Amino acid sequence: MSHSPLIASLSRHKLTVCLLVLQVALTCAIVCNVASIIGHRMAQMRLPSGVAENELALIESISVDETANQLARHDADLAALRAMPGVSMVAAVDALPFSGNNWSNGIALVPNGPALTTATAYNGTQDAMHVLGMHLVAGRLFLPEEYIPLDAAHDWSGINHVPSTIVTRALAAKLFPGQEPLGKVIYPGDGPVRIVGVVDHLLRPTLDESEGSDYSTLFPMLPDTADVTYVMRTAPQDRERVLKQAQKVLAGLDSNRVLRRPQSFTQMREDYFRRDRTMITLLLSAALSLLLVTAAGIAGLASFWVQQRRRSIGIRRAVGATRRDILRYFQTENGVIVGAGVVLGVVLAYALNMLLMQHYALQRLPWLYVPVGGLALCLLGQLAVLGPAMRASGVPPVVATRG
Amino acid sequence: MLGYYATTAISSLRRSKALAVLMVLVIGLGIGASMTMITIFHVLSGDPLPGRSDQLYAPVIDPRPLARDHSEPAEPDGNFTWPDAMNLLHAQRADRQAVMAGGAVPVRPQQSGELPFYETGRYVTADFFGMFKVPFATGSAWRSEDDESHARIVVLNSELNRKLFGNTPSIGRTVRLKNADFRVVGVLDDWRPQPQFYAQLNGRVFGKTDQFFLPLQTAQDLNLDFNGRMSCWDSGGRTSEHCAWLQFWVQLDSTAKAEAYRQFLGSYWREQQAHGRMPRPAHAHLFGLMDWLTRQHAIPDDLRLQLSLSLGFLAVCMINVVGLLLATFLRRGGEISVRRALGARRWDIFLQLGVESCVIGLAGGLLGLGIACLGLWSVRQRPDGYAQLAQMDASMLFGTFVLALVASVVAGLLPAWRACRIPPALQLKTQ
Repeated sequence: MSHSPLIASLSRHKLTVCLLVLQVALTCAIVCNVASIIGHRMAQMRLPSGVAENELALIESISVDETANQLARHDADLAALRAMPGVSMVAAVDALPFSGNNWSNGIALVPNGPALTTATAYNGTQDAMHVLGMHLVAGRLFLPEEYIPLDAAHDWSGINHVPSTIVTRALAAKLFPGQEPLGKVIYPGDGPVRIVGVVDHLLRPTLDESEGSDYSTLFPMLPDTADVTYVMRTAPQDRERVLKQAQKVLAGLDSNRVLRRPQSFTQMREDYFRRDRTMITLLLSAALSLLLVTAAGIAGLASFWVQQRRRSIGIRRAVGATRRDILRYFQTENGVIVGAGVVLGVVLAYALNMLLMQHYALQRLPWLYVPVGGLALCLLGQLAVLGPAMRASGVPPVVATRG
Repeated sequence: MLGYYATTAISSLRRSKALAVLMVLVIGLGIGASMTMITIFHVLSGDPLPGRSDQLYAPVIDPRPLARDHSEPAEPDGNFTWPDAMNLLHAQRADRQAVMAGGAVPVRPQQSGELPFYETGRYVTADFFGMFKVPFATGSAWRSEDDESHARIVVLNSELNRKLFGNTPSIGRTVRLKNADFRVVGVLDDWRPQPQFYAQLNGRVFGKTDQFFLPLQTAQDLNLDFNGRMSCWDSGGRTSEHCAWLQFWVQLDSTAKAEAYRQFLGSYWREQQAHGRMPRPAHAHLFGLMDWLTRQHAIPDDLRLQLSLSLGFLAVCMINVVGLLLATFLRRGGEISVRRALGARRWDIFLQLGVESCVIGLAGGLLGLGIACLGLWSVRQRPDGYAQLAQMDASMLFGTFVLALVASVVAGLLPAWRACRIPPALQLKTQ
């Protein structure tokens, strides 16, 4: 089938065609970028935290009396919580992934040297790694004699004396690329700390856009702050009950404290990503409305053109064009217009991405989104034109003979 | 004549009902989405301290060591170290100046038997209240002598005051915060500036209020807990010169004074460099309050992205409507030719078609208003602090209609111009 009448007819509607191309291009550019933002957010939400998320119940206890021996208090609390039915293990920790309070240290490789990066310090009682269900992929756990107090009363000076640390795989790779991290010495504080183990993942309490979301160090330091989080390992269905009971048990032991945020780890994670979920819903509905509007525009204009050209369709049918030819004609026409829009849209998509990267610290548009977005728009165009094109192919040749 | 055009517009829209409905829907969606976001922006970028904000400045000096890490932000976050904040406070070079930090403490109710609860507030120096024109319901602020003597006094915001004392007068009474007793010297008249501009800005500053204020030096004395972002690059603790965590604000009554203060900051910085501190190139900044809010992205990035997206959506919607209008108008080429042949000027045709696009625009605007109200309602259901501020006001209501009309007139211009250029005779011949 010759395409020259198609081009000739398009050139008679230059302005309308240009508008349609522009609309498709803008839609393509916006939808590609929106899809990439959604993809990035979803990826963030799916990051493995490194702990046994479904089995953890958490409660934060803040003792008002700071003069008390906090270590002894935590021990008493832990013993009481351990005795609760349904609780298999308990530990006291100072922070958790998604908990928000982040204690980061610059990590140097020589004393007083420049920090290569920063990493979160996680501290807890001896069972903490078991309770949290972390995966040690190399080395060993901390030895009982390695534990020292965090010494929060003296500016957390435990960090200057702690002998050993367990780091995440990501941090090990950052500090010692291509080398065996076990046995290496790092300087998170004033003194040398030996890496004795590596865990697969442990996300930081707050995530950021940079690659360092998994840079964590674990230290054998006992939290001796008034503010501590108790982690209870329990069966998923028991979490609610355990949390209620834990509040009673803790308040009964010492009423001069604030109990905050009794929640499961799952809840904490959901709360952390609540804004992202809102944003994803919003972006999705925006992208869908855009596609819908564009599809409606294409269908509207196509049905218009069909009406306008009823006579010429009739003439073409009368001189031998089949219904299929007519259908093809409109489909090809749509393909040409939408295709041109998509080509322009690809350029616009990258331009828009550059603009967004400048203003919103967004990541580069992964190339895969562009062909997929373009293809989706072409399909959408074909779908939108199908109805009008079918109607066109139904125009009988006899129309040609009528005024 | 316009009335006649309006009638013909409606009757011609009736003829192609589906298309008219489609155009109204598309305009309504575009206007509704963008007006939702514009309204939120309008509300959030308001002045937290009208009448005072242009005299308030946030000084910025960068105390950090030279960058060691690419991930570190290049821009300083405006936080001060304890020694710098105290030096500048005691230098008294501004009309008023105050140092402050966020705090969170357990509050113990006086009634026995009630469990302690956590409350967030601020540790500040005396000028804080005068500088920000904080409204007092009863009592008054403390004086800088109280700062120096580490007095155990507290100013309560109305909500915490009600929670602790009900409706009984509270001035002179005692509140136990953590382990120390504080005497209430003032109660605020429900002070909640939006955003909480003086705090560390992190995109979540809307909806927050401080419930207590107590002297910073006292809080340091008692080692009360700091609440916020503290970055340290060396040991020494929070009063050392290696930890930035305090906010410092100054009031400067004229631009000349602001300029002088900027000079002073620069000289302070160079002086510190002479002592081997602050290795980064000296470049002291002094930001006005509104400028500071913009620079620190007080409005969350997600919202700005949503605004851009909604405007992009509006653009696509309008291009769509231009295309559809163009098709409608050109289809009526015959009718237009006849009118032209009967003596209508181009201007008449243009006006008639313009009125038609206005009718569509108005209908779209009405629909858009409904959608915007629905959108704002859904925003109010969000858990974010700014959510409750998302309310349509009179100016935005008016703005919606203006936007709808302007958009549809602009959208109608091109098609109307194209259609009124249809020559009278030629078109008749081809019929």
